[in-house]
Amino acid sequence: MDGDSRIPILRMGRLLLVTIQVDMHDRMAVALQEDLTGQIVRTGATGVLIDISALDLVDSFIGRMLADIAAMARVLDAATVVVGMRPAVAITLVELGLSLEGVQTALNVERGMALLPSVATEPDADEGEDEDDGPVSEADAAPAR
Amino acid sequence: MTTPTPSPADALLSAVLLEDSAVLLTAWAAALDRQFAGARDVADAERECGRLLTAVGRELRADPAIPPRGSTRWEPLRDVLVELSRDCAQAGLSPSETATLVFLLKQPLFDRLRERAAESAGGAEGLTDALWAATTFVDELGLESFDAYLRSREDIIRRQQDELLELSTPVVKLWTGILAVPLIGTLDSARTQVVMESLLEKIIETDAPMAIIDITGVPTVDTLVAQHLLKTVAAARLMGADCIISGIRPQIAQTIVHLGLDLSDVTTKASLADALRVALDRSGYEVRKIGRPA
Repeated sequence: MDGDSRIPILRMGRLLLVTIQVDMHDRMAVALQEDLTGQIVRTGATGVLIDISALDLVDSFIGRMLADIAAMARVLDAATVVVGMRPAVAITLVELGLSLEGVQTALNVERGMALLPSVATEPDADEGEDEDDGPVSEADAAPAR
Repeated sequence: MTTPTPSPADALLSAVLLEDSAVLLTAWAAALDRQFAGARDVADAERECGRLLTAVGRELRADPAIPPRGSTRWEPLRDVLVELSRDCAQAGLSPSETATLVFLLKQPLFDRLRERAAESAGGAEGLTDALWAATTFVDELGLESFDAYLRSREDIIRRQQDELLELSTPVVKLWTGILAVPLIGTLDSARTQVVMESLLEKIIETDAPMAIIDITGVPTVDTLVAQHLLKTVAAARLMGADCIISGIRPQIAQTIVHLGLDLSDVTTKASLADALRVALDRSGYEVRKIGRPA
């Protein structure tokens, strides 16, 4: 209940994995934004996976928060993938008019990882992204419109 | 005498209902047989009549005042009447026949009241009041059964509507990881909600990253329908699934453009076959004829 409780950020190579397992309150969300941006800069992460499969309640604030995190990560040159959103949450966000434009989504962490460039664990994997996922900031469905 | 004790009319009526219930039931059943003889199977209904009289008796034993409709003491009677109406509905009786069935209690009740009044000294002047109380009571029972009958009908209609809603929105698996929703009929908010929910649930269930919404069977597309479709697509996208809208007929394409609807965020295809091809393509499958190597 305290404002001290924080959401852990796991580092996997050049990816950061955030699993939201509790109902987020506002202060926690703000703390997460601070921690995450700090971690991206410190680790030079190129991708952020936010797993919200355990989240079954969202409000407009959390929706905004997710969009904000994605935008912040993009500024820091890291792609964000929101994974595992539950149907009820998706419907709520759509009804709230928050369709998270510019945020990539995936059904689960595995598929989310496949979306992100240079999943490889070597920290200086510089030879670049896979051929199909170049512009990661592009909205949904990059290929074959 | 004037304390919580019931009026003489109520006392007389409840005495009849309590003590002569067996006689009443026999006469009532006989009246039922006369009325519906052969035409309807009222055996179940007759049993319910017995239960009704028992329930009435139970209430009157606790308090001889006739319970008015809508009071808490009326509740048990209503429950029995609901059962009675259901049996009548199943036996094919119309609402008015159901009410008539209850009203048939009047004749035996009046007979018994008259006999009772004749037995007791000076009962004659109380008889009119007692008859009035009996009429009111039986009328209320009849009306309640009528209401219950209609309510049960409405329940059936509502349930069928729900079933229709479920039936009309199947989510089918076309291929591993590819779902399709063939929509047939007019899309309104309620249906879109069901479509959306069942599609999203199925996406989770089958872990499918592709979904095709086929609107071949949707007769008209207006702004509202388009908005509903876009919402579904947006929700699926939020979960990480791609949606393709297929089955857009020429008239619909024209309507969409004339209405100024923006479907540019969604992949649209003319036919389900085209959509399936795109979905297979995006999932990394290749379709080709055997014997013609790629």
